This record gives sequence, C-alpha cells and structure tokens, in this order.
Amino acid sequence: MNSIRRFVKKLMLLLQRRRFHSDLNEEMAFHREQAQREFIEGGMTPESARYAAMRQFGNPTRVKERSHEVVEFKLETVVQDLRFALRQLRKNPGFAATAVVILALGIGASVAIFAFVDAALIKPLPYSDPTRLVAVNESSAGFARNNLSYADYLDWKRMNTVFRSLEVFNRTGYTLSTPTGTESVPGTRVSAGFFGTLGIHPMLGRDFRAGEDGAGASPVVLLSYGTWQRRYGGRPDVVGQVVNLSGIAHTIVGVLPQDFQFALRDDAEFWETLQPIRECEKRRSCHNLDGVGRLKDGVSVTSALAEMKSIAAQLEKQYPDSNRGNSASVILLSEAIVGEIRPIFLILLGGAGLLLLIACVNVSSLLLVRAESRRREIAVRGALGASRRRLSGQFVTEGLTLVVAGAAVGLGLAYGGMKVLSGLISKEMMMGMPFLRGLTLNAHVLEFAAALAVVAGTLFSITPILHFRFSNMRDGLTEGGRGSAGMLWRRMGANLVVIELATAVVLLTGAGLLGKSLYKLLHVDAGFPTEHLATIDVGLPDIAFSKDEQVVGFARDVVRKVESLPGVESAAITSVLPLSCNCNTDWIRVVGKPYDGNHNDVNERDVSAGFFSTLHARLLKGRYFSDAEDGSKPLVIIINETFAKKYFPGEDPIGKKIGDIKLSPKSIREIVGVVADFKDAGLEQEQWPAEYFHFNQSTDTHFSMLIRTRQDEQAVFPELAAAIHQVSVEAAVEEGSTMTSQINDSQTAYIHRSAAYLVGGFAVIALVLGVVGLYGVIAYSVSQRTREIGVRMALGAQRSSVYQLILKEAGRLIGIGIVVGLAASVGAAMLMGKLLFGVQAWDAGTLVGVAVVLGASAMMASYIPARRAASVNPTDALRAE
Amino acid sequence: MLILKTLTRAPLHGYGIALSIKRLSDDVLTVEEGSLYPALQRLLLQGWVKAEWKMTETNRRARFYTLTAAGRRQLGVELSQFEQMIAAIGRVLQDAQEA
Repeated sequence: MNSIRRFVKKLMLLLQRRRFHSDLNEEMAFHREQAQREFIEGGMTPESARYAAMRQFGNPTRVKERSHEVVEFKLETVVQDLRFALRQLRKNPGFAATAVVILALGIGASVAIFAFVDAALIKPLPYSDPTRLVAVNESSAGFARNNLSYADYLDWKRMNTVFRSLEVFNRTGYTLSTPTGTESVPGTRVSAGFFGTLGIHPMLGRDFRAGEDGAGASPVVLLSYGTWQRRYGGRPDVVGQVVNLSGIAHTIVGVLPQDFQFALRDDAEFWETLQPIRECEKRRSCHNLDGVGRLKDGVSVTSALAEMKSIAAQLEKQYPDSNRGNSASVILLSEAIVGEIRPIFLILLGGAGLLLLIACVNVSSLLLVRAESRRREIAVRGALGASRRRLSGQFVTEGLTLVVAGAAVGLGLAYGGMKVLSGLISKEMMMGMPFLRGLTLNAHVLEFAAALAVVAGTLFSITPILHFRFSNMRDGLTEGGRGSAGMLWRRMGANLVVIELATAVVLLTGAGLLGKSLYKLLHVDAGFPTEHLATIDVGLPDIAFSKDEQVVGFARDVVRKVESLPGVESAAITSVLPLSCNCNTDWIRVVGKPYDGNHNDVNERDVSAGFFSTLHARLLKGRYFSDAEDGSKPLVIIINETFAKKYFPGEDPIGKKIGDIKLSPKSIREIVGVVADFKDAGLEQEQWPAEYFHFNQSTDTHFSMLIRTRQDEQAVFPELAAAIHQVSVEAAVEEGSTMTSQINDSQTAYIHRSAAYLVGGFAVIALVLGVVGLYGVIAYSVSQRTREIGVRMALGAQRSSVYQLILKEAGRLIGIGIVVGLAASVGAAMLMGKLLFGVQAWDAGTLVGVAVVLGASAMMASYIPARRAASVNPTDALRAE
Repeated sequence: MLILKTLTRAPLHGYGIALSIKRLSDDVLTVEEGSLYPALQRLLLQGWVKAEWKMTETNRRARFYTLTAAGRRQLGVELSQFEQMIAAIGRVLQDAQEA
C-alpha cells in the first residue's frame, strides 16, 4: 500500500520534474539568503557573509542531485547511461563494430552447435516417458549388441520381470507395383505391442491388436504419414483398403502420426506385424531382430541388464548349441540412437565454447584498452562528483549494450549456420537422425543464448570496473600519468593474450588432428580400386522366385545383360557390398579339427563367379568360382587371407573343408581359393576373417550388383534400371550409387569430415582473433612506451635494439601461449581419442605445424608495431607530451 | 526523527528547521544542508510531512513543511524506539560501571 503510494508520488514528480527542480532551487536560495542575513547580523560584510553562507551550504548541485536521487526512478539513470553508451559507441564505430562482430561470431557458433546438441542429446526422444525406454539385444564376444533370435525373444519376454513390455522389430523391404513400375520400398516388421510401448497412437485407424503378430493371422499394415500423403493422397478412406506387398495382400488398418519418428528405422514406408514366418525365425541360432522394452517403474537399466543376463545364461545352458556365448545387452534407447554421434557433437560444442572464450577474452581486452584511454575522462567525472556506483553503472550499461548487439547479430548468424549445417547432412544420415529435422531457434536454444549473453555481459561489465578499482583515480588526472596502472593493465592484457593464443593452439591442434584423421580414413587401402565401381540394389518378389533355379537363372541373365551395356567392363552379384560392415556373420567349424564349442564369427558373403575379378581382388591361392557351378555341383567356398591365417596357420587351406557348428552335411563346403584381404567393413573397422559362398549355391532374392566401368561410373545409371527390368519386369530396383560415394558418404567419413571442417573453421577464426589480440597488446604497449623509446634512441639505442625490445616482449607472450596451448591440446586430443583415426593425440607433426603456424603469424602481427616503434623520431617522441 | 519533532510545534521552512534543531540542541547538533533537503524529500515521499508555499514574516516566499497525521504516528513510533534504545544503552553502561 505504502509502496504504491510512493510510486504514484514519484510518478507525479516525474511528470512535474521541472517544477520539482525550480521548487528546490528556490528553497535553497532562500536558505542561503537566510543564512547570509544572519551572518550580516553577526557583523560580517555582505560580501563575506555571502561566501560564508555558500560555504556552509556546501555544493548545491550535490544537494540537488541527492534530492533528485530520492525521488527519481532507477530506470532514469539507466536510460541516461544507455543513451550515453550508445553515443560513446557511435563515436567509436570501429571499436563497436569489432567488438560486436567478434562477439557475434562466438555466440553464433556456440548457439548453432548447441541447437544440434540440444536436438540430439538433451531433448528426449519424442515418445511418452522416453527415459524408461531401453534397447534390448543379445551380446556375444564379437558384438556388444547383437540381433535377437525369435525363439530367444519369446523366452526373454516370458521369463523377465523387469519390463512392462518387450517388443521387437526387424527391417524388411517390399516390392510394390506402382503405375510407374515395380518399386522396392523399405518397411519394418514389428511385434504387435511395438507402438503401444513407445506410446504412439495412429492418427487414423487403429494400432495393431495383440495376436496379429502370430503366425497365420491375416496380414495387416500401418502406413507412415509420408506414404499416406504420397501414395494415397492423404485420403481418409485408406483404412480398410488392401495393399499388395511383395505379392501378399495386406489390410491397411491405420496411419501413423506426422511427427512419428523412429531413428533406428526411419525410412520405413510400411509397418507390418512381425509374424514368425521366415526361415530365420524358425531357428534359435538365427538372429535377425532388435528389441525395445519399457522398464517397469522403479527398475533401473542396470538391474534389468542383470536379470536379462541371468535369463540368457539359463538359455545358454538349456540350448548349448545355439546359445553358446550369448549374453544380453540392455541400454537406454537414447543411447542406442545417439551414442555414436555424441562424441562429435560434444567436440564441436567444446570447439565452439573455446571460440566463444577467445571472443570474450578478445572483447575484454578491447574494453580494457578503451578503459585505459578513458582514464582521464573517468577521473574527471569522478572529481566532478560522479559516485563510484554511477561510474560502474556506466560501464555495466556499455558492456550490456555491446553484448545485446553481439547476441542479436549472433542469433542471426546461428540461425543461418544451423540452416547451412543441416543442409550439409546427407539424406541417408538424416534418416538416422530424424530428431535433427526442423531444427530451429526454439525456447531451449534462446535460453542458452540468453545465458551466454548474461555471462558475457557480466564479464564485460566487471573487467573495466576491476580495472578502475585497482587504480587510483587521482592518478588519472595527473598529466601523462601512467605509472603503476599502465603496468597493471599491461600485465592483465598480456595474461589475456596468453589465454587467447593458448586457446587458438588447442583449436588448431584439434583441427589438425581431425584433418589428418580424415585424410588417413579416406586413404585407407580398401584392397581394391574403388574408382569406376557402380552399385545397385535389386529385389525379386519371393513368390515369383521361390525356387533357387529361378534366382540363379535371373542372376546369370542380369549379369550378362548389364555386361553388354556400353562402357561396362564386368558385373557381379554379392549379398553384401564391400565397405559396408562386419555383419551377416556365420559360425564356422573346421572339419577334422578339435572344436571347443565357441562361436567363431566370420563375415559371410554370397558372391557370383565374376565378383572377385570385377572387384580386381588379388587371388593368393587356388581358383575363383566358375559360373557353371551351382546347387547340383559340390559346394565350394573362397576365404580371405585373415581367415586362412587364423584358422589354418602354417597350412595350405586349399582342399580343407568347413561347415556350421554341428557340421551338418549340407553345410560342408570345400575351400577352393584364398583371396588377399579387402575391406568388407567400413574403412575404420578392423579386418575380419571372411568366407565367400558361391551365389549359385546360396541364393537370395535381395542382392546388390557391382559394376566395373571403363569410364565415369555415373554414365551407366540411366540405362541400368531399364536393362534390369528387361530381364524381369518384376525386379525391383533401387537408386544406384558408386563405391566412391559410399566411402565419402559413409557415416564415419561424414562424422570425421564435419568435425574436421567445423573445428577447422573455428580454429581459423581463433587464430585470427588471437593474433589480432596480440597485435592490440603490443601496439598498445608501444604507444605507451613511445617516450621511453624516444629517450633510449636519443641516448644512442640502435633501431635494431628497439626491434629487439618489442619483439622480445611479443616473443615471450607467444612462447608462453604456445607452450601452455600445446600442453592443453594433448589433453584435449586425448579426450577426442575415439574420433581420431590413425593419429595419436601427441602427433608430433601436427603439434610442430601448429606451433610454427601460430608462431609465425603472431610474430608477423607483432612486427608491425615493432616497426612503428623503431621508426619513432626521438625528438618527436620527447616533445609529444 | 529530529525533523519531525521540530515540526510538531509549528510548520517551518527548511532553514527554520535547521536553525531550530541547532538552537534546541544548544549548537551541539547541526543539520548539514546537504542532508537536510534530501531528507525532506524522503519525508514528503513517505507522506509524513506536506509542503506548501507561504509568506514569511519578512514577506518572502518560502516552502513550509507541516507534520501530517501519519508523520505524527511515525514520530511516536520512532520516539518510543529511541527511548528503548537509550534505556538499553543506559543499562549496559550502568552495568559496566558497577562491574
């Protein structure tokens, strides 16, 4: 109540500010007159009485100001300060622009990177209560997270007490007849409770019902929103319609919501129930599923893992053949989705943070220089009665003005940067990271930007205030006064420059190491020439091609047809393309050797006779397959060098036989050849033993073609699909690719490239800022020492010794900066260990290179002021002050 | 408190208040003009005094401050607080002497 009344009165006074002042003036004049009269009555002359009265009254302006302070609003001072700050900055556009640009760069980079980090790591998955969702898999010696087998899944689901629900999914593909021809479309098979577990409800129609994932239930399918829009024009009557997927009629029961995403399988157009009808799902030893579970309340991931491990151990005892060495893996679903990309995001965030640090330090030192040059102004204002609080307030306002401008420009930069960066992410990469779609400056990101601004603002307000607290204001008034305070600034400024240079070293080293990693990665020897290799995925409808002979016939025809295309040297078929993954493994056992019951994982590939010659692989021993071999001939196999070394050390593997773990008669194959190792898996992955089956003896309706061309491999694509369709109209053909782009667009290459480029960009900015900072410090120091230098030269100092004087000072700073920076870089590089490939954290070449680059550019920057110092005319310098 | 007290007898102008405090305290207490006027503004703002322009005996315009009812109440509060304080200090001093 009271405060409201006071506020109203203040408001009234604000409106009648002039009246308030005239009242006060008159009142004070009256006071002085009265006092004067009294003095005269006391026997003084009028003149001296007037002075005595004035003396007694004190400083009228001060009284007025203090009265004013009582009635004014705090805001009024702020507005005044702000106006003054803006005027100051306008008067000094160079300083203002530099500070704002530097800040904007720092804030922009940090905010843009944070937006990605926020979307990928902080914001939970778009499901209900996502922290209770876990990815459930099997694990074995070679794999931390392995696919589940259907039989194991059923047992796990039955026996566990930790999951409210446990569901599985499995990638699949369909051939779909469309008006434009047969298409191959991606799909996902899920158990009936899958969407319920995630907490997703179809926007149209219904979810799957329990039991619809049983063998023999009538096939039902849910559409993704995109498919509904694209293929069905978004018509609501789609529910209940029938769609023919790979020749099987499915009833559409609903449409998934528009914002539904599932990063592990985001390109799926159709989602059908997972009925255990495939060959693989009938065998406990065949693993093709991934699990998703929702933990019961109060159950932790660790305790869930412990229980699943004990269940797996039980099953291992019960089914020793199939389950030997199989354990369980339970991790948070978010971990499974973003675990891989987390390190790069954290490194980028770290890089952006360092850049921001440099930017802040740089602006701080700019502010210090300015504060130094305003020493006289501040001292005069102080002497005229400005209170310390008021002076500090002025600095705070100026600092905040800079930060607000910097943050505003920075947000603009961040927005642009986010658009550019997400544009750079390839379509396939985006599919694995659907959470990055529609990235924008949301509330989270803005809050982060605001927090940065507050920190920076505090820093910039405090820097000059500290500066003046340490220095005596009276010094500022004395002519040419720059004794201890100048020293103090020089020390503070110098420390700041060392921080800047050290940070720049860290960023440069990081960029250097990442760049080197990228180079090494892209130049790993794949074991075969990767140029002029086109690839294309082909799918055949299972029903029309249910017999092996049909598939073999198609394979022979399609290879011949493609090889007849102009520019094609040779073509071949493989179940899995080279440079994809250590996956599709097989457990092997050598005939005639003791077997310890362990699972010996090797990569298994089904390849046509021309595969190795198309790849230009090197045959070490034996022979390649012949196209005449098929299911009616003895089963043959080719192994790679690693396989031979591991399982046949010091022996000739040719003629030896291997089979599955039970050595079942139909699995026994004779080794006819050994090829030199080439990369089955990604470039950064280790070389595994591999076995190659003859495609004619181990057919599949989905396979990839490998086409070696004489010239540009892109030229073959226009005719390729048509040629394949000529062999069979029912074949579904996906978009073609090339081996080179597979290397360059692989996730590892992508991660390394983006990390190297971004950190490289940060490093360049950091280098420029650091060197400019150094230049500022040296230039300022020279300007402060002009007189000293003049005296030295007047006393006979040579120009060279002046150079030496300045460059020595710069060299010391640069030296300390580089040494500190290098030490910090090795530490930082250890942290990024995972992202480095083929490079050690203490890679001498990089460290020396960085030191040389930074040292050279820093010395160059200090040479300019040194030159100015050396060209000082002694007489001018001495007369200057 | 002192300003409020001087105003209990009659409305006074700023100079009068300063003079009155000085006289009543036998020149022991002098109110600095530098603090008098800001203080008066604060009292005005609190609503404990009001001000109006009047003519003095010497026929000059001056601003006279009058105690308001709220001001009188406030004076009572402050006086009793002050007396308590004095009494407390007295007791402490007495105790110190006896000891």
